[in-house]
Amino acid sequence: MDRVIITVVGKDAVGIIAKICTYLADNDVNILDISQTIVQEFFNMMMIVDMSKCPKTISQIQEELSEVGTQSGVQVKCQLEDIFDKMHRI
Amino acid sequence: MINLSEVLETNKMIEKENLDVRTITMGINLLDCASNDLPTTCQRIYDKITTLARNLVKEGETISHDFGIPVVNKRISITPISLVGGSCCAKPDDYVEIAHTLDRAAKAVGVNFLGGYSAIVSKGMTHSDELLIRSIPRALAETDVVCSSVNVGSTKTGINMDAVRLMGEVILQTAEATKERDSLGCAKLVVLCNAPDDNPFMAGAFHGVSEADAIINVGVSGPGVVKYVLEQIPNADFEELCETIKKTAFKITRVGQLVAQEASRRLGVPFGIIDLSLAPTPAIGDSVADILHCIGVEHAGAPGTTAALALLNDQVKKGGVMASSYVGGLSGAFIPVSEDQGMIKAVEAGALTIEKLEAMTCVCSVGLDMIAVPGDTKATTLSGIIADEAAIGMVNQKTTAVRIIPVIGKGVGETVEFGGLLGYAPIMPVNHFDCSRFVNRKGRIPAPIHSFKN
Repeated sequence: MDRVIITVVGKDAVGIIAKICTYLADNDVNILDISQTIVQEFFNMMMIVDMSKCPKTISQIQEELSEVGTQSGVQVKCQLEDIFDKMHRI
Repeated sequence: MINLSEVLETNKMIEKENLDVRTITMGINLLDCASNDLPTTCQRIYDKITTLARNLVKEGETISHDFGIPVVNKRISITPISLVGGSCCAKPDDYVEIAHTLDRAAKAVGVNFLGGYSAIVSKGMTHSDELLIRSIPRALAETDVVCSSVNVGSTKTGINMDAVRLMGEVILQTAEATKERDSLGCAKLVVLCNAPDDNPFMAGAFHGVSEADAIINVGVSGPGVVKYVLEQIPNADFEELCETIKKTAFKITRVGQLVAQEASRRLGVPFGIIDLSLAPTPAIGDSVADILHCIGVEHAGAPGTTAALALLNDQVKKGGVMASSYVGGLSGAFIPVSEDQGMIKAVEAGALTIEKLEAMTCVCSVGLDMIAVPGDTKATTLSGIIADEAAIGMVNQKTTAVRIIPVIGKGVGETVEFGGLLGYAPIMPVNHFDCSRFVNRKGRIPAPIHSFKN
């Protein structure tokens, strides 16, 4: 399973999650976990997704998701889960 | 499962605190490229490097994208060239030919430095070692990315003072040969004692003869991250201070371990070691001197600096060792002057002298690094500085090094600009008392005794 962490950071607005989820559904990316918080009007969201059925490469997804984010005025990052797992788990 | 605060913490380290992987360095054995014909040797060297390292830069960048962590440098280290060119080089200019080949090969694969234009002469110098050493000034003046190192001593062999004397002259000649560029050649030349075979950091990287045919070594970094966490606990006691550094070093090194394993897997080259280092850059907030300031000294160089650095260095190792399956290289905090904004400030404030830096090198890696001195410094004085530093390494069973730049045409109070990662530096005064009678003695300093440790 290719697990990827998607983070969204930016000013809160209506429909941010909807747009990102629509994009993920269109590309066969399965959402495993989702959590969000708002700190001083700043929207912080994290999704753990499974990309194993997605036909696109991670760099394509990174590029396109970043574009979706730009349209909503938020920054979207896509990183393989391993970097967080290695750093925070023994 | 990973939670939001952990993800945000990691990304904050990367985006705001300059966390990066400083270098993926591929070590390449060139012993099988040796022949008794110079063009053949050069061709074999070029072919081997451009074959083995052809995907190094591309894969380094892909890893960087996939994990969202900058991998700043992709580099190559090679077998010390004096071992490869021995049977085909009859004069220093022949070695320069090899340097040009290395420069072309490095540029063809896109790496930003290639280290290993080197000789290991800790006990004695062979004829080919000496030819290589004498070719260094021209080689560094005529190439862009080739780095050179000479190992002049070790704990097991003592210090080769003939080589130390020669290196004082070679450093000055290198400075002279590159005087149009503020003697930049000397920034690519380091004199070592107890040089490790698997160091991924320049300018002292080479692929030792104890290594496999090709290997991936990774140097981690992250002074900015350590500084940030220490800023949050300004009045903590030593226990909390040390625990905090240790935990942070663990996290930083785990990222290095991940990148090293990925690079190894994707390139099909075995993983060698992680170099547990705090390697500063001239970027604001990416400074080892700033960490010392957070620990509690006004400027690097103030009384207490050596103790603070010893503590820092030890905790980085303690945290890092557990985070990595294989540790090697230089492993410790680096204290270059020109590459560290806080060090530069300390020199400008008058807090930091070469003598204090020498004391600091007793407790951390690596040595007197990226120090600019007046261009009229005598060769024997440079040799004296090298001998002092080598003695610290020899007696304390650690790596020490000297990368000193006598800037031709400039004096104390002036500044020299090297650009990029090499930074800029105020020219520091050198103790002007003479040591030529000591340096001009022939032979070597015997190896120190290894027992009677009291």
